[in-house]
Amino acid sequence: MLKEYQTVTNIYGPLMLVEKIDDAKYGHIVDIELSDGSVRHGQILQVENDKVLVQVFEGTTGIDVDKSTVRFLGKPLTLDVSPDILGRVFSGLGEPKDDGPEIIPEKSLDINGAPINPSARDYPNEFIQTGISTIDGLNPLVRGQKLPIFSGAGLPHDDMTAQLARQATVRGKGEQFAVVFAAMGITFEAAQFFINDLTETGAIERAVMFINLANDPAIERIATPRFALTAAEYLAFEQDMHVLVILNDMTNYCEALREISAARKEVPGRRGYPGYLYTDLATVYERAGRIKGKKGSITMVPVLTMPEDDKTHPVPDLTGYITEGQIILSRSLHRKAIAPPVDALPSLSRLKDKGIGPDKTREDHADLYNQLYAAYARGKEAQELATIMGEDALSDEDKKYMTFADKFEARYVSQGYYDNRTIEQTLDLGWELLSMFENVELKRIDVDLIEKYMPRFREKVKS
Amino acid sequence: MTEKRQGKTVKVAGPVVVAEGMTGSRMYDVVRVSKHKLIGEIVELHGDLASIQVYEETEGIGPGEPVADTEAPLSVELGPGLIESIYDGIQRPLNALYEKEGAFMSRGISIPGLDRTKKWQFKPVIENGTEVKPGDIIGEVQESSLVVHKIMVPAEVSGKVDGLREGEFTVEDTIGIVKGKDGETKLQLMHKWPVRNPRKVIKRLAPNRILVTGQRVIDTFFPIAKGGTACVPGPFGTGKTVVQHQLAKWVDADIVVYVGCGERGNEMTDVLTEFPELKDPRSGEPLMKRSVLIANTSNMPVAAREASVYTGITIAEYFRDMGYTVALMADSTSRWAEAMREISTRLEEMPAEEGYPAYLGARIASFYERAGRVQCCGSPEREGALSIIGAVSPPGGDLSDSVVQATLHVVKVFWSLMAKLAQQRHFPAIDWLTSYSFYKEYLKECFEDKEQGIQMDEMIKQAMGLLEQESNLLEIVRLVGSEALSPKDRLALETSRSIREDFLHQNAFHKVDTFTTLEKQYEMLKMILHFHKVALEAIDAGADTADIFKLPVREEIARAKYIPQEEMIKISEIRNTIEKQIGEVSRLVGTNVSR
Repeated sequence: MLKEYQTVTNIYGPLMLVEKIDDAKYGHIVDIELSDGSVRHGQILQVENDKVLVQVFEGTTGIDVDKSTVRFLGKPLTLDVSPDILGRVFSGLGEPKDDGPEIIPEKSLDINGAPINPSARDYPNEFIQTGISTIDGLNPLVRGQKLPIFSGAGLPHDDMTAQLARQATVRGKGEQFAVVFAAMGITFEAAQFFINDLTETGAIERAVMFINLANDPAIERIATPRFALTAAEYLAFEQDMHVLVILNDMTNYCEALREISAARKEVPGRRGYPGYLYTDLATVYERAGRIKGKKGSITMVPVLTMPEDDKTHPVPDLTGYITEGQIILSRSLHRKAIAPPVDALPSLSRLKDKGIGPDKTREDHADLYNQLYAAYARGKEAQELATIMGEDALSDEDKKYMTFADKFEARYVSQGYYDNRTIEQTLDLGWELLSMFENVELKRIDVDLIEKYMPRFREKVKS
Repeated sequence: MTEKRQGKTVKVAGPVVVAEGMTGSRMYDVVRVSKHKLIGEIVELHGDLASIQVYEETEGIGPGEPVADTEAPLSVELGPGLIESIYDGIQRPLNALYEKEGAFMSRGISIPGLDRTKKWQFKPVIENGTEVKPGDIIGEVQESSLVVHKIMVPAEVSGKVDGLREGEFTVEDTIGIVKGKDGETKLQLMHKWPVRNPRKVIKRLAPNRILVTGQRVIDTFFPIAKGGTACVPGPFGTGKTVVQHQLAKWVDADIVVYVGCGERGNEMTDVLTEFPELKDPRSGEPLMKRSVLIANTSNMPVAAREASVYTGITIAEYFRDMGYTVALMADSTSRWAEAMREISTRLEEMPAEEGYPAYLGARIASFYERAGRVQCCGSPEREGALSIIGAVSPPGGDLSDSVVQATLHVVKVFWSLMAKLAQQRHFPAIDWLTSYSFYKEYLKECFEDKEQGIQMDEMIKQAMGLLEQESNLLEIVRLVGSEALSPKDRLALETSRSIREDFLHQNAFHKVDTFTTLEKQYEMLKMILHFHKVALEAIDAGADTADIFKLPVREEIARAKYIPQEEMIKISEIRNTIEKQIGEVSRLVGTNVSR
C-alpha cells in the first residue's frame, strides 16, 4: 500500500515542496491528487531529510497546499514496451493517446536508460542514402549517427524531416526499420503534417510517436525525448530494428529545462540556461549509436530552431558539441526558393569518412566532396566580393567560381522534397558541375580519379 | 577496500549527496554510498556532515542509506596492465565491465583497474642486498611489444632489497621485500597513488626538444616541446578532436595517454577501432601498444568526468617516472570545467564568472603544471617528459570564455582553430596569424643535419612574413581589387596561397599526407620558397606573372604532399623543374625584348 501525504508546504513555478516524508528516493515519481480528484504527475528533484522537492510535469496551476494528496510510487519514470508499440501514438508522458488498445507490457523500462559502455559501441559506418544530395554527397549520414538539423523559425525543417523519414534507406538491404518521432512543443499543424506524410506512405505502421504539442504542459517535454529514446532502444537493441529517431524541437525542450532551473534558483549559465545543459543534452543525444553484437541501431536527427538564426546560441552551440555534425538551413537560400535550403558550407557530418568509399558508395566520393566544397566556398567568397565592388571588378577566375556557385545551388542543392536521388546520381551531378574547371584547378581530386570519371562529362558539355 | 566509518545519507540532489555521522572523515576520502555501493568522494565537511560527489547515477537513493568511508583518497593502480587498457574516469576497466555487465553501464560495480589474474614475466635489474630508495628501478616487465614497464620502488619505502627474483607474477604477488628501519615492506608489481597529488620528482627541467607530431602547421610553425603544454580551442566542427587524434597517433612519444573527457561515445569507439590497426611510423607496431585510453563520455556520470583528467595525468606521470616521453591528450578540458561547475552549483558555492567556481583558474593551472621535463626520482639517473595537449570547447567559439582564458594563462602553445578555415575545408584549421608557440627555438635542434635546422629557421621566418603580408594585401584587394597590385605583390599572394594550400593544409585521412617527417616538411617548404625566389627573379627580369602562375610545375608543387617519405628525392627534383620552367618564361621575355 502506498502511503499518501497531505503535507505540501510550498508551491512555486513548476515545483512543489512536500514535508514529513519517510521514504522518498531521488529521481522517483509521484502522483498528485488535486482536491477536485484529478491526478498529476511529478518527479523528485531533491530529497533532504524529510523534505522532498518535486517537479510537476503538468504544471502547478490549481494545486493547493492544504488539500492536495501526494503518493510516492517508489519507482522512476518508466515506459511499458512490447512490439505492439509500433504504429501507436503516445502523449509526451508515454500514455497512449490514440484509440488503440492498452499496451500489454513485455517489460517496463526506466526512461533514463543507462550510458552505453564505450567499449561496447560499434563504430557507425553504414552509409544511409537519404536521397538528398547535400546530405548524401557532402555530409553523408551513417547508421548510429546523431545529425541535427539547425533551423530557424519559418524555415522548412518539417518538410525536410518528413523527406528524411520517407527516403532514408541503407542500400541493398531489406532490414527492419522503424521511425520514432518525438514532438516537443511543436504546433498541431506541424505534428499532423508529419503524421499525414507517414500515413500516405504507409510508414505509420512502423512508427512510434510521442506527442507533446505547444499547448501541452511544458515541463512534460523534459521527459518526452527520454520516452522516445527508451522506445527506440527497445526496438533497436531488443527487436533488431534500425531506428530513425526524430526529435522536434529541441529548443523547446531546453526552454522547459531552463524553467525548472530558474524555479530552483540555480546559478544560470549563458542566457539563463542551466550550467548542466551540456550534460543533460548529452544524456539524450548519446543514446544514439550501434552496439557490438546487436543487429539494430539508433540514428538520430534532432531538429532545433536557432533563435535569431544564431548558431552561437547555447542550444545549437551545445548540441553541435555533442552531435556528430549538423545540417544548417539557410534563410537566404530559402528566400531564393532553393529547397531544401541546406547551407552546405557550415554543415558537416563528422562520420562521413567512415561511411563512404569503394565498398560503401564510390571511390571518388571523398575527393569529390572536398573539391565541391572548396570550389563552392571560393564561389561564395566571389559572390560576396561582387556585392561589395560589383561583378566587373572580379577577376575572370573569380567570375568562373561565382558561376559555379550559382549552378551548384540551382542544381545540386535545390531538388525539392520529393526527388529521391541515388548516390550515383548525386556523385555524377557533382562531376558534371565540376567539368567547367580545368584538371589543374581540381587540386583536391586524385589525378587518376579525374581521368576515370571526368571525360564523359567533358564530352557532354562540349557536344 | 576496508570500510570502517559508517554514516547515513540525509540529502540527495543529483550527483551530490550529503551524509551525517561522518566525524573523522577526511576531505577527498572515497566513500561507498547506499546498498548499491556507489563510489563517491568527500568534497566538503561541515561538523559531522559530509558532502559527497558521487561518480555514479544517484537515482533511487534517498535519506537514511548507509555511507561507508574507505579512509583512502581516490587512487589509481599503477603497474603492468595499463597499456592497451580503456578505463572510465575512475579507472574501471571498460572492457571487463562490458564482459561482465553487458553493453550498458550499471551501477556499483567495482572491478580493479589492473587484472589480478594475469601473470607477467618479471626480471630484476638489481642484486639482492642493494640499498634502494623511492623511485629506484628494481626490475622490468615487457608489457607490450613497444613498452618495457619499469618496476620502481614505491614512495616512502627504502632499505635493503631481499628475495627479489625473476619469474611470473600477478600484480599482487610479492616479488621481493625491502628491509628498512621501520621493518619490512613487501614489493609488488603494482602500487597505488592518489590521483589529486602530483607524483614526486627530483627536479624540473626546462624543455629542450620539440615533440614531433608529423603535422606540418604544428611542427613547422607552432611546435610543442617534450614536456610542454598546448591548448586547442575552437568552436564545434573546427576539428579539435581530429587534431587530438592525429597527435595521439603520430607524436614521437613513448607513451600516449588519451583522455576522452565528456565527449562523444562514437569518437572513443573510433580511437578504439583505429589504434590497434594503425602502425607507429617509427616501430611498425600497432599504436595501441603504447596507448592508455580513458573514456568518460558526456553521458557518463559527471563526477567521474571531473576525476578523469586526474586519473589520466597520474598514469601519465607514472610512465614519465620510468624515464619515458609521455604525451597526454585531454579532450575536452571544457567538459571537465563544466563538471566542476555542476558539482560546485550543487554544493551551493558562490560562483565566479559564468557560474564557474572561483577556483577554476587554480585547478586548470595546477593541472597543466603537472606537465614538464623532469629528473625522475631514484636510480639510475633518468629524465622523463610529460606533455599535455588540452582541447577547449568555448561556447560559440568565444575566446573570452573563462576556461580558455584560464588555460591561456598557463600554456605555452596556442593552436587557434577558426570556423572560417574549417568551412573552407582547410584542415587542420589552425589559424596561422593568431596561434603561437614559445618552443620555436627548439625546432632546429631536432634536425640531424645542423645546417638544415638553421635553414629551416630562416625559411619559417620568411614564410610567416609572407602569410602576414598576405593578410594585408587581401585587405587591399577587398578595397580596390586585385588589379591594383604590383606584380611582386601578386607573387606574394600566390606564394602565400601555395604555403596555405600546399603546405599548411594537410589531409588527416590520406595515407601519406596524414604524417610528414621533419625532413619532408623541410623539403616541401624549401620547394615552395624556391618557386617564390626564382619567380621573383623572373619578374624582376620582366616576366609576366600570369605566365608564371599557370606553369604546370605548380600542379607538381600542389601534389608534393602526397609523395611518400621514401621517394622524397622527387621533391628536390621539383626544384629543378621550377628553375627549368620559369627559366623558359624568362627566356621568352628575353626574346621578346630583343625582338
